[in-house]
Amino acid sequence: MLYPRIIPCLLVHNKGLVKTIKFKNPKYVGDPINAVKIFNEKEVDELIVLDIDTSVNKSEPDYKLIENLAAECRMPLCYGGGIKTVEQAVRIFSLGVEKIAISSLVVENPAIVKGIAEIVGIQSVVVVLDIKKVIKNDKYEVYIHNGSVATGIDPVYLARELENWGVGEIVINSIDNDGTMNGYDIDLIEKVRNVIDIPLTVLGGAGTLDDIGKLVQRYGIIGAGAGSLFVFKGKFRAVLINYPTQSEKEALMNKYFKNYLLSARN
Amino acid sequence: MITIVDYGLGNIKAFANVYKRLNIQIKIAHNATDLKNAAKIILPGVGAFDYAMAKLNASGMREELEKQVIINKVPILGVCVGMQVLGKSSEEGHLSGLGWIDGEVKMLDIKSIPYKTKLPHMGWNTISIFSESRLFCNIINDSRFYFLHSYYFECGKNEDILSTTKYGTEFVSAIHHENIYGVQFHPEKSHSNGIRLLQNFAGL
Repeated sequence: MLYPRIIPCLLVHNKGLVKTIKFKNPKYVGDPINAVKIFNEKEVDELIVLDIDTSVNKSEPDYKLIENLAAECRMPLCYGGGIKTVEQAVRIFSLGVEKIAISSLVVENPAIVKGIAEIVGIQSVVVVLDIKKVIKNDKYEVYIHNGSVATGIDPVYLARELENWGVGEIVINSIDNDGTMNGYDIDLIEKVRNVIDIPLTVLGGAGTLDDIGKLVQRYGIIGAGAGSLFVFKGKFRAVLINYPTQSEKEALMNKYFKNYLLSARN
Repeated sequence: MITIVDYGLGNIKAFANVYKRLNIQIKIAHNATDLKNAAKIILPGVGAFDYAMAKLNASGMREELEKQVIINKVPILGVCVGMQVLGKSSEEGHLSGLGWIDGEVKMLDIKSIPYKTKLPHMGWNTISIFSESRLFCNIINDSRFYFLHSYYFECGKNEDILSTTKYGTEFVSAIHHENIYGVQFHPEKSHSNGIRLLQNFAGL
């Protein structure tokens, strides 16, 4: 039986791992390679690593770090951050990464995204949409450059476009819920899920395994991404890399995924 | 020594990393000469069937590969699209496959899949072992592997089936005929089960 993917998402800032709240106040949580080693032991489904400096600083991706991450990862790895050219994308794949994530580029230079897709295969291109709710009109909007620049673009519209381009997967990342650990933004997820059929991973807000469970109960096969949940423990947010064990995962799926399957059959 | 065929497809580095950890020597083959004297061969792959066949045909390695596998009986493991090209043809394209194992590649039956995202079949799924094989030594039934594909290998002969997997309907996830092996999943990215399988292949 296919299981939904539970995916830790790690943020790189100044070569260290950090966790943010609403994309701000990065708190140092450890060394990237060390974290990957722990996630290997825990046999995580997949890993997303995003370098949050490169897009803002307009710097080159840290190829040495990416190579070291890829060499260590015994599970599929998705890397994102600072990819602006076809050459950079090709180089990153050659280092042993399965998927690359792009974000600002889809808004700023769609032609390059299509160029990357033609060479590396569109199925390996993941688009991360950083999304924030605009208070004054209560509408969602796509942000770029690590949440610092508003684009005025409706994420539902963009998601549909991206599906037409043929991208492999969309990650919707809620800026408002990032690091809050109060649950996913189901309203946002619902809007995007309804309009696309390609794989969808959601990020932002997971605070407990039950948050993931509820997501799975509603959508069945979906990528459940989380940052804080897998790097903090307890209400004082002590740093502790963690991930459900195989039996905890099975218990979670028995509780929630089975319900989805039962309702899908009816 | 494991020879990995580099015809521009698949995560060569991931296989190299696994074998490095296992202290098993590898060689990456970029041309026909590199394939000579191979003891074990891995044929990786991702993406579309025709793209893979066109790349393999253009690589200059196909003839030598056929010599090693068909005449010299060197064990080969095809992975993902590298497994699919072992068949005669694919619904996904027009080019002929290698035709080394009796079978055709077909699209997964989307009607039977109860999710909003039907294809690709992506993520961790279990395998049901259909027949005993040294490739599955110390790998138990229902072990999890990472899959990413939309087409599957429909085996012409039941005796060539090693394992099946359920995604909507049941499909063949591993095959074997004489010295030729294929797996639809990605052992190079499947944690301890995948490492064990690659180690088993090296030990054949």
